[in-house]
Amino acid sequence: MNKHNREALLGPLLANNPIGVQVLGICSALAVTTRIDKALVMTAGVLVVTLLANVAVSLVRNHTPGSIRIIVQLSIIASLVIVFDQILKATLYELSLELSVFVGLIITNCIVMGRAEGYAMQNPPLASALDGIGNGLGYGLVLVLTGFIRELLGAGKVFGFVVLPLAKDGGWYVPNGMMLLAPSALFIIAGLIWLLKTVKPELQDKE
Amino acid sequence: MSALERLLEMAGRPFGPGKPLHRFHALFEAADTFALTPPSVTKGSTHVRDALDLKRMMMLVVIALMPCIFMAMYNTGLQANLGIDPAKIASLEGWRHDVMRFAGMGYSPESVVACIFHGSLYFLPLYILTMAVGGTWEVLFAIVRRHEVNEGFFVTGMLFPLICPPTLPLWEAALGISFGVVVAKEVFGGTGMNFVNPALAARAFVFFAYPGDISGDQVWAAVAPAAAIDGYSGATLLGQMRQMTTPFDEQGLSWWNAFIGLEKGSLGETSALACLLGAIFLVVTRVGSWRTMVGCVAGTAAMAILLNAIGSATNPWFAVPFWWHMVLGGWAFGVAFMATDPVTSPFAETGKLIYGFLIGALVVLIRVVNPAYPEAMMLVILFMNVMAPLIDYFFVKANIDRRKRRGGGHGEA
Repeated sequence: MNKHNREALLGPLLANNPIGVQVLGICSALAVTTRIDKALVMTAGVLVVTLLANVAVSLVRNHTPGSIRIIVQLSIIASLVIVFDQILKATLYELSLELSVFVGLIITNCIVMGRAEGYAMQNPPLASALDGIGNGLGYGLVLVLTGFIRELLGAGKVFGFVVLPLAKDGGWYVPNGMMLLAPSALFIIAGLIWLLKTVKPELQDKE
Repeated sequence: MSALERLLEMAGRPFGPGKPLHRFHALFEAADTFALTPPSVTKGSTHVRDALDLKRMMMLVVIALMPCIFMAMYNTGLQANLGIDPAKIASLEGWRHDVMRFAGMGYSPESVVACIFHGSLYFLPLYILTMAVGGTWEVLFAIVRRHEVNEGFFVTGMLFPLICPPTLPLWEAALGISFGVVVAKEVFGGTGMNFVNPALAARAFVFFAYPGDISGDQVWAAVAPAAAIDGYSGATLLGQMRQMTTPFDEQGLSWWNAFIGLEKGSLGETSALACLLGAIFLVVTRVGSWRTMVGCVAGTAAMAILLNAIGSATNPWFAVPFWWHMVLGGWAFGVAFMATDPVTSPFAETGKLIYGFLIGALVVLIRVVNPAYPEAMMLVILFMNVMAPLIDYFFVKANIDRRKRRGGGHGEA
């Protein structure tokens, strides 16, 4: 794998993380991170859609007139999201109910659109595919971390298994109710961004 | 050179530049300027020279809080002693009651000393813990950022325990004040940079994280259910009045009792009288803005009179007059000590009137119309904190426009 492709795959994990550095896709990150399983399914959706959309957009990039390129990209993305939504309803019906509109809203997720317009339009299919996977994983990394913290502190569970026994069930842990409300994700993601920019000082905004 | 000066100079040496403990200079500096006036003076000509520095301003607020602190200790003890059945005292458990028995103070609601002693067993641990936890964060940030420890926390650390219910578990208070100091203040740059009030942010954290311990009918007086007198109700006056189903009338309720504050509630918030004394002190010393307070009073009165006039067949709260709103819940404490926070209120003087007016009006509106929040003071002040820069923006813009017009079209102003 050459340097360009490796950069496309690994860059979005930390150094160019779509949530942590570009601050995209925040809305779904607040909505679906109350539990890890919801975060994982959402990650799968964004990863698959970004990957396939990137490949498709990249394949037609030299035949797409500039004036209608956004329409072309949106039709591709919307079709993929509808397919993913139907598959989810057929296989994981309960979870798809809980994720409700947020799967459909992947269409408007800035990451998907941003990668198609910003990367796949200028790069060959293989690099675009790697970029799609990298961004999906970078998004998922933050989502799963946030979901882990929220589920653990808010319900005392990890993946639905009891880790901290709740006081009302005879244990000792008093759950933090704010972790189940959307604002907590805002604080947690802000904390993760703080951590990321402390570990990698080159990401800090220049004064 | 006094002995204290010599001692501090000697103790300060290892903290000097290039010395081993220089990293912890903030700690020494805090102790040094707490005891003595710093030797450094303002140079140059543009500075205002005034004896009123940050430290003195903060101490004046703490002095203004003294009546509330006294009421926090007396009233908390009184409400506990009133609720505890003398026949069941033996069943009381916990270290506080061990101390009470050891001191032989008794649980008589008539004895002022016994009430203060009992109340202080709730106020002091909360206060000491708040100062220790919040102070640790403050010092930690001062050391990492290499600036001096700021006095701002004295006020936050005093305000926060006063707005907590007496039964709040101490670890929840510790988490709350950590959130208030770190997230509401330090990440924005420390004292003077925060855009919401840290003490209120701390309370809001506990309110959303552990709602069962800071709302409802069980937490406002330190009475264990097992030892309560028959027919005991832990509801605050505001809580009782919210449950009224018949049209509002003042029978059975005493406005003067509510004004003096011998009722259940957060530690230091119950007494409108104590808050009024503090407010007068703040206005006379010009530490708190009278415009904010007048705005709050006017806003509350205007909205309450408006709702009185509208009326409602199903909601008796519409008929509650404004002088009742002013003695219930956290209104008085919020107006005197929270809304007047100079950092989080607008800088424009007329803007403070509008800011206060909106706080007063919104509190009444939410209390009357929104059934989800029995008390709105905390969230309304936080909301208006966020709006304060917007108010300032309009005033600055209006001033620029006025000066442009004064120029009479002679070029750009």
